Amino acid sequence: MSVKTHLPVGHEAIRDKGLIRAHKYLILRRLSQTFFLSLFLLGPWFGIWWVKGNLSGSLTFEVLPLTDPFILLQGMVAGHWPEMTALIGALIVAAVYALIGGRMYCSWVCPINAVTDTAAWAHRRLDLPKGWQPKKNTRYFVMAMVLVVSALSGAVAWELVNPISMLHRGLIFGVGFAWTFVVAVFLFDLFVARRGWCSHICPVGAFYGLLGNRSLLRVSAEKRAACDDCMDCFAVCPEIHVITPALRGKDEDTPLILSPDCTNCGRCIDVCSVDVFHFTNRFDDTPAPGRVRARPKQTRKIGEAA
Amino acid sequence: MSAKPAQKMDPARRRFLQDAARGTAGCAVAGMGLMWMVQDARALPDRAIRPPGALPENDFLASCIRCGLCVRDCPYDTLVLAELGVDGAATGTPFFTARDIPCEMCDDIPCVAACPTGALDKGLTDIDDARMGLAVLIDQETCLNALGLRCDVCYRVCPLIDEAITLERRHNERSGHHAIFMPTVHSDKCTGCGKCEKSCVLPDEAAIKVLPIRVARAPSAEHYKLGWEENNPLVDEIIDLPDRLPGSGTDNLAAPGGFEAEGAFQPTFKLPTAEGAGQ
Repeated sequence: MSVKTHLPVGHEAIRDKGLIRAHKYLILRRLSQTFFLSLFLLGPWFGIWWVKGNLSGSLTFEVLPLTDPFILLQGMVAGHWPEMTALIGALIVAAVYALIGGRMYCSWVCPINAVTDTAAWAHRRLDLPKGWQPKKNTRYFVMAMVLVVSALSGAVAWELVNPISMLHRGLIFGVGFAWTFVVAVFLFDLFVARRGWCSHICPVGAFYGLLGNRSLLRVSAEKRAACDDCMDCFAVCPEIHVITPALRGKDEDTPLILSPDCTNCGRCIDVCSVDVFHFTNRFDDTPAPGRVRARPKQTRKIGEAA
Repeated sequence: MSAKPAQKMDPARRRFLQDAARGTAGCAVAGMGLMWMVQDARALPDRAIRPPGALPENDFLASCIRCGLCVRDCPYDTLVLAELGVDGAATGTPFFTARDIPCEMCDDIPCVAACPTGALDKGLTDIDDARMGLAVLIDQETCLNALGLRCDVCYRVCPLIDEAITLERRHNERSGHHAIFMPTVHSDKCTGCGKCEKSCVLPDEAAIKVLPIRVARAPSAEHYKLGWEENNPLVDEIIDLPDRLPGSGTDNLAAPGGFEAEGAFQPTFKLPTAEGAGQ
């Protein structure tokens, strides 16, 4: 790690694959985020009402209802049984994300993602310490807390502080002081905790993660044997811990990243100059030989543990 | 010696308990903060009127997902979503300010139709049944009609003219030979649309305002029986009870205050009809 044998993060990929291919999924994600935001803005800005509403609930082409299942769930534990429209909308959203990976929402749709990604980028450029790192399951605690508060208070609790809906609603309907919540998330991620908000705290991400626990679409480290330990994927991954079991697994271990925390953002695919990763389905069982270990001592240690 | 194995077991168990305690405590602190915010959000400002069909505020906060579809389908741009720190209502929830843009009371109630969750009750099918708030002639000192002039604007614009607002004629004591046409709101008809407040000719604040029902109305005095509405006997279950004994008693007109016994203190006054009247 300490030996500077590699170029800075991402530079090898740019050198080997070109600027565009080394940012393919990042560009696609930004396009996707812009696309979904634009759909919502077409109405208020240009009077084209294809989509009305916001990420909490919307109506597309006057027929397709979509509802955020987590918000609806909070309302339901708070004691309100919603109308069929909202229920159907939530079921559609839940079904789609259960199929493609719940946290696709986080990396491909959520507007806060651009904020926290920018914070993470600045964090890396400024070479700041990783700071306070809450435990991995903190987000589940927060999610449980939100549901408990919703149940006890009889109100949709998280919507009072949710920076996602505040930003999204703010962009579409007008911001008040909601921008302070967005700036707070940015500063939190930049100075307090690296990747702190999306990867440790946000209960919405936790909920969508659980939703996509068995999702079809997965990233696989199929060519992990080619890994040259440049660590670039670890540097760009918002959920570092999901990579290790797949990338460092032995021959018999699956190369699929199966953790529900993985956001399917595809940045690991982008920055890998030797193309270790690619998108596939969870039933893909192409044999993926493990890495030939450079340090035999470590191999022995792992062998003993098994 | 028995302490040693216990020490060996301790760290993992201890760490687990500590982590659990920290997690739970952290969430409890955050949860209490959130709970406080929920309670704070319940204090809906009096000038923020919820759309027609809105559930009672507590239920509304459980059911509104802040999607703004009601806002979009309101053809008169009456509804807005509350912005954090600006409007005071729970962030993202819809409301309107009558003095800015009142509710036009559309027959098809598009805002209710648009609501996906039922936060605006689909059971409201006749807009005249809406109870968004209640108009109150709050400033009778500046209301032109109350001063004996003829303004009548609130009365004229009321969608339920002569039902929700009537002009009640009364004697003008000041001039002695004119009438005052007092705008009078009838709570059983008023929908709280706010058109009266919007149209009030006074500058800035209106003399008639739409207030939330909870502010505008006192709870009815259910422990009173209104004799002009119910003529069945007062407290019929208890009337036969021996609650008034002959002789001394607080309402014994023969001897008020119960001063009856010989030699006891006698009041100086005499009731004119008390003689032998008894009870």
